[in-house]
Amino acid sequence: MELTVDQKKTYAYTGGRPFNPELPTVVFIHGAQCDHSVWGLQSRYFAHHGFSVLAVDLPGHGRSEGPLLPTVERMADWLMQLLDAAGVDDAALVGHSMGSLISLEAASRRPERVARIALIGTAVPMPVSEALLDAAKNDEAKAEAMINVWSHGARGAIGGGTVPGLWLAGAGIRLMERAAPGVLFNDLNACNAYARGPEAAAQVQCPALLLLGSRDQMTSPRGAQKFAGSLKDSSIVTIEGSGHALMAEYPDAVLDALREFIQR
Amino acid sequence: MSKPKPFAFNFDTLSLHAGQQPDPQFGARAAPIYLTTSFVFKDADQAASLFNMERAGHVYSRISNPTNAVLEERIAALEGGAGAIAVASGQAAMHLAVCTLMGAGGHIVASRALYGGSHNLLEYTLPRFGVETTFVDPRDIDAWRAAIRPNTRLLFGETLGNPGLDVLDIPRVAEIAHAAGLPLMVDSTFTTPYLMRPFDLGADLLFHSATKFLGGHGVAIGGLLVDGGTFDWEKSGKFPTLTEPYAGFHGMDFAEESTVAAFLLRARREGLRDFGACMSPMTAFQLLQGMETLPLRMQRHIDNTRRIVAHLAAHPAVESVSYPELESHPDHALAKQLLPKGCGSVFSFVLKGGTSGGKLAGRKFIETLRVFSHLANVGDAKSLVIHPASTTHFRMSDEALRAAGIHEGTVRLSIGLEDANDLIEDLNSGLRAAQKA
Ligand SMILES: Cc1ncc(COP(=O)(O)O)c(C=O)c1O
Repeated sequence: MELTVDQKKTYAYTGGRPFNPELPTVVFIHGAQCDHSVWGLQSRYFAHHGFSVLAVDLPGHGRSEGPLLPTVERMADWLMQLLDAAGVDDAALVGHSMGSLISLEAASRRPERVARIALIGTAVPMPVSEALLDAAKNDEAKAEAMINVWSHGARGAIGGGTVPGLWLAGAGIRLMERAAPGVLFNDLNACNAYARGPEAAAQVQCPALLLLGSRDQMTSPRGAQKFAGSLKDSSIVTIEGSGHALMAEYPDAVLDALREFIQR
Repeated sequence: MSKPKPFAFNFDTLSLHAGQQPDPQFGARAAPIYLTTSFVFKDADQAASLFNMERAGHVYSRISNPTNAVLEERIAALEGGAGAIAVASGQAAMHLAVCTLMGAGGHIVASRALYGGSHNLLEYTLPRFGVETTFVDPRDIDAWRAAIRPNTRLLFGETLGNPGLDVLDIPRVAEIAHAAGLPLMVDSTFTTPYLMRPFDLGADLLFHSATKFLGGHGVAIGGLLVDGGTFDWEKSGKFPTLTEPYAGFHGMDFAEESTVAAFLLRARREGLRDFGACMSPMTAFQLLQGMETLPLRMQRHIDNTRRIVAHLAAHPAVESVSYPELESHPDHALAKQLLPKGCGSVFSFVLKGGTSGGKLAGRKFIETLRVFSHLANVGDAKSLVIHPASTTHFRMSDEALRAAGIHEGTVRLSIGLEDANDLIEDLNSGLRAAQKA
């Protein structure tokens, strides 16, 4: 579906069903250098089980017009504008990686509009190594290769995934290569600079789920576990064996945890 | 061109492991053969979810199967692509690709140096369904560009052409394709990912007759269609099958659904479903057994081929040898650039005196051989030989033969994995007999 947000052409995948703002809404927010397609299976499930779905392309990503938003805070504000544009009062937010920070920040700024947050592959704070930031700035192919290797557990690195015929490590690098130059540095920089984690956590009123991969090398599960204690109402689900690309490596486990949490 | 490696493991490791986790139920290390037509649903909701692409999994083996999936991931991993589809044969792979990209009114620009079966499909059969092909000399780069029409949807060639081993200049042909908003597909059968990875060079799609080197044992027919995931169908705007809602599958717009795997989705959800050229799981298992040793075998194929090419090139009973590693081959320089690890193990040579009246010499040569098998295939573990003028091209006039680059004394060899000394001795006995003919 195409929306106009802040006068910019904005795209959100609706899970294969027409969007209906009357239904409870789940918003899916992708991570750095990605787009809505990382949520293919999960977004379709919710759209066909009584929810309305918006799997967004953040500004300057996928099919959404730029410019890129430089900070997590700005992205969170943009997300609220997107809800306005879609005619949605409040929604459950499901964010992956950078998208998890956006969800957290949005829930802290506008508690009345955020019913739940599911933070997938998250760590707060989310420091990005100097080496990766440097590569993202000066050699995107190198940065993408580093991320692709670090993002996968055995299922991604060796294969044997659930989607027949899809080679996750290959599909992963190709999706990153699709992004325009500059997107990766913008996103990683935003993650690295996001310092409002503790403050935001104190302001969050809604239930939070932290969905972690035991083999995540991008956002270590330990960082997330520590952070969970600062949220009022949080639960943790760890997917054994998964790397950072949880939705690709363990799509059913991610879906089951989300179903449990959102339908609770 | 040294791009950083985006994968955790290297080629030889992926040959053995890619696409498979040890079986979670019994711990089987080898890929189990799931010889079953269908798969039991866990419950009604899961059943509906599978049909509706809300969950991933297997429903019916015409569409997907766990053993086939291992093979699909393995070839995609070795090629550095996004994914793959296993089909009944190399021919089926090519057909599936064409039918996924275009319908009646579509047009293909293809190299004219093609395997006969591919040529038949493009020249005679597809026109009956409204898809036309213009054939070009693969070495004539401008001809590729000139042959593109408004309704062209695909450029296609073999990595190593048939029968002259024309080396396809993938970077340049891909550039022409992309400038016209079109994908380049290559038939990688003769090179395998061990010798060349076309996606790294600019190709967008490729297929294999897995019947040949990938299997390596000559016991199974199969095809593998691989998507590099590189081509932007949406941006091109020429592929409504991938960028517009498909009434035949939930009104799905495949490129919207999957940014990088739209082609694979449509090919599976429509092409495998409706045309039905699926691979048997038994075949998938057999091909996997072969692929585990692909790097070892290909190196041996190349080592043997190099020795035999050198031997024949120096033999007094041989007029000429056509192999791109020889300076005499027109693509020698390009081969050095694109195929540094070797130019495959299938090549032709011409018997002395064989450019005219050499049919008898050719026959005598072949009938004398004891190790080489006389048959119509290539890429077997065992060495193979065929004399085109008396078999595959028997009906052709001398002029037509020459136009196809074939002389009456042309012999095609597919070098296997035997001891190279035995192969050389066998060839020597044939050459002696041919000289007396
Ligand atoms: C280069 C090439 N492509 C395609 C094919 C067709 O493959 P299949 O026989 O598996 O259908 C062959 C078979 O000889 C081939 O040599």
